[in-house]
Amino acid sequence: MDMKVAKKLGLKERYSLMTRDLAWDTTYQPMDKVFPQTTYEGIKIHDWDKWEDPFRLTMDAYWKYQSEKERKLYAILDGFNQNNGHLSVTDARYINVLKLFLGSTPPLELMAARGFSMMGRQMNGAGPRVACQMQAVDEYRHFQTQIHSISNYNKYYNGMDEFAHQQSRMWYLSDGKSFFDDAITAGPFEFMVAIGFAFEYVLTNILFVPFISGAAYNGDMAAMTVGFSAQSDEARHMTLGLECIKFMLEQDPDNLPIVQRWIDKWTWRGTRKLASVGMMMDYMLPKRIMSFKEAWEMYVEENGGALFKDLARYGITIPKCFSQTIEEKEHVSHQSWIGFYMKPQATPFHTWIPTPDEMDWLSEKYPNTFDKYYRPVLEFFDAQEKAGNRFDNKTAPMNCQVCVSTMKFNEPGDPMEMCFRESIYNGEKFHTCSDHCKEIFDNEPEKYSQTFISSHQVLQGNCEPDGVDVNAPDFEPGRHMLDYWKLDKRALGDFNGSEDQKNFAAWREQATKN
Amino acid sequence: MAIDLRTVSITPLRQTFGHLARRMGADKPASRYIEATMDLQPVENYHYRPTWEPQYDIFDTTRTAITMKDWYALKDPRQYYYGTWTLARGRMQEVAEGDFDLVDELGLAAAYPPAGKADALEVFLPLRHVAWASNLNKAYVSSYGYGIAISQAACYASMDQLGVAQYVTRLGIAFDDLDALANAKSAWLEGAEWQELRRYVEDLMVEKDWFEVLVAQDFALEGLLYPLIYERYNEKLNAAYSPVFSMLTRFQREWFGETSKWLDAVLKAAGADNPDNKEQLATWMRKWRDRAVVALKPVAALAFGGEAEAVMAELVQNLNARAAKAGVAL
Ligand SMILES: [Fe+2]
Ligand SMILES: [Fe+2]
Ligand SMILES: [Zn+2]
Repeated sequence: MDMKVAKKLGLKERYSLMTRDLAWDTTYQPMDKVFPQTTYEGIKIHDWDKWEDPFRLTMDAYWKYQSEKERKLYAILDGFNQNNGHLSVTDARYINVLKLFLGSTPPLELMAARGFSMMGRQMNGAGPRVACQMQAVDEYRHFQTQIHSISNYNKYYNGMDEFAHQQSRMWYLSDGKSFFDDAITAGPFEFMVAIGFAFEYVLTNILFVPFISGAAYNGDMAAMTVGFSAQSDEARHMTLGLECIKFMLEQDPDNLPIVQRWIDKWTWRGTRKLASVGMMMDYMLPKRIMSFKEAWEMYVEENGGALFKDLARYGITIPKCFSQTIEEKEHVSHQSWIGFYMKPQATPFHTWIPTPDEMDWLSEKYPNTFDKYYRPVLEFFDAQEKAGNRFDNKTAPMNCQVCVSTMKFNEPGDPMEMCFRESIYNGEKFHTCSDHCKEIFDNEPEKYSQTFISSHQVLQGNCEPDGVDVNAPDFEPGRHMLDYWKLDKRALGDFNGSEDQKNFAAWREQATKN
Repeated sequence: MAIDLRTVSITPLRQTFGHLARRMGADKPASRYIEATMDLQPVENYHYRPTWEPQYDIFDTTRTAITMKDWYALKDPRQYYYGTWTLARGRMQEVAEGDFDLVDELGLAAAYPPAGKADALEVFLPLRHVAWASNLNKAYVSSYGYGIAISQAACYASMDQLGVAQYVTRLGIAFDDLDALANAKSAWLEGAEWQELRRYVEDLMVEKDWFEVLVAQDFALEGLLYPLIYERYNEKLNAAYSPVFSMLTRFQREWFGETSKWLDAVLKAAGADNPDNKEQLATWMRKWRDRAVVALKPVAALAFGGEAEAVMAELVQNLNARAAKAGVAL
């Protein structure tokens, strides 16, 4: 038998035989009916065969590598849980990072799984379809391993038990939800720019590396292992996002302005999500890795800058929002933490005033802003708390119609002035948080006028737990918010005096005294 | 920071997440499958409607005629979440790797009687395109199905079929190099024996009801095709020549045996939910079973010659019995 030809197959040809060569152009049903979604966004693709496979992994190899990773991962998780590993974290404040993470991240990984499945069905090139399918199944892995690693913490600490219920209901999770809802309801090419490129490529390191290193620095082996294990999948996801951008740009010059608009839009939308990563790094990690500002400079300004330089040969320019994000890097983490601190009755995680040492660290890391704008506020709150007057703002926040963040960001160039923008659509006024969000709104007002803003929905009686009659004469919107959110009272309020704080101290003493 | 912890037993505040305690009716530990699956898909407060199908919400129960009081009743008796699925497939691929290595080492493909080999490749190799179609159709179920129970199982099954398509490709390479694959592709595109089958899977690519796609692709088509080829035809080849094809398609046989358990449980749960479902399932099963018989007859004839009719009749009986076990009388 002549095996010579097959054995000499290069990796590329072999992979092509294992993927594209399996495909054919349908004839019993027209191709545009089989793949109906890839034309309406205006992206022109002339030859799907020009797609360069960003990685070449056949299923047998995939199963081999991934099953090895899973075996190791779950062995470490089991060990960590059996040995009460949660008591080895730096201090109980750290656990609030996990609460923030559990509420915000697995639900988005799930949306990524569903979204990439859709891409894995809708892309009419066999190459991108397979790559998207592989990412979809990876994203199942991510939300599941994240839930599995935090599951044990949930048994001992408050505020994690209702993340699944809260994902679509909590006001502060609404920005992340709107981000993925926006991407998944867009066409397939925009989804690929939004999630595959802006999220997975431009922003993934600043989104995930701080959590993973934060876990490592703070003694959380479980979250660290899950994070590192997921990063090895991200390497594939990143190359897919980048290949997709290059492919669109190489296929037709008319694609450039569309892709540029999406890059501008999604880099900005992603940046808005980073405020909470910033406050996690600067305020919530008992042992800090680096400041958010430093991380921003490293992962976004340097790496992102180099990336956009690389894309310049296709005519892509650096996202318009870049200069604003550079200005904001010295502010957002503080504004965000203070914003949450002021609402102790409305989040399932605790907040607190940094210790004097921690404030000094912030002064050092933020020489231009911390002492000038934020230390005085925090010290004022601290004094108030010590006088038995812990700040508690009960007024409903105002939200941006696009990014859904609560309005807390400053006017460019003026840190003391809150920034608002306004658009009129169908005779109705819509508020946005920034020039970039306003531009996004004005480009697609019919889409963004739909945004689910919980503070508005509350007033309309749309956020009530089962059993509340919104037509009753004494109906008072928002009175049952804690029930609607299923917020455990033990999870609310300041960290000082919380059940978590007391339990952790008692358990740790039990486990460490001789 | 390394800190020395003594083993102490501390009493947990709770055993599981709130949504799982409510589902299980008690606060008790939940399995990793349950944690990875139940009630995780968003069901409300969507921000925007899909620009590609504005008549629906992002996740929408009305994308199928099947209705469920609880979409998570469509659970997987194998309890596959990503970790258990990939471990199970990791083991299967290890065995498959061993089989391919052995066949290569001992020159078993080269030693295969030429007449038998040509016939067998004619039957097996176009199936790589059938598996590819199955991958796409299962991706549809996974994308638009409601709830994580069905979406994840369909996602894994879809990836499994990509694996099957690749194993069949390797089978072709092991036996006869690239020409055989090229010939099989033209047979798939133009050969009279394959056109009804190709029409069948292409028609499914434009079918909108995801549950109907599941019934047509997984139950009707694969419920006949896998026993026909990977069981019966292999047995015929084993008896006549040697078990090499059986070895190199072990993955498919095991996959079918295992995946049928999942599918039967899903069909049973859907039928048990309400009588309308049961009737709808029966209608779809009959419709697609009859079409699948038409699609597979020429392939059966290729494989079994004069005995094709009898083999198909028996397989249809078995399929009807599977439906009956799931509570649907055909
Ligand atoms: Fe992920
Ligand atoms: Fe990813
Ligand atoms: Zn905004």
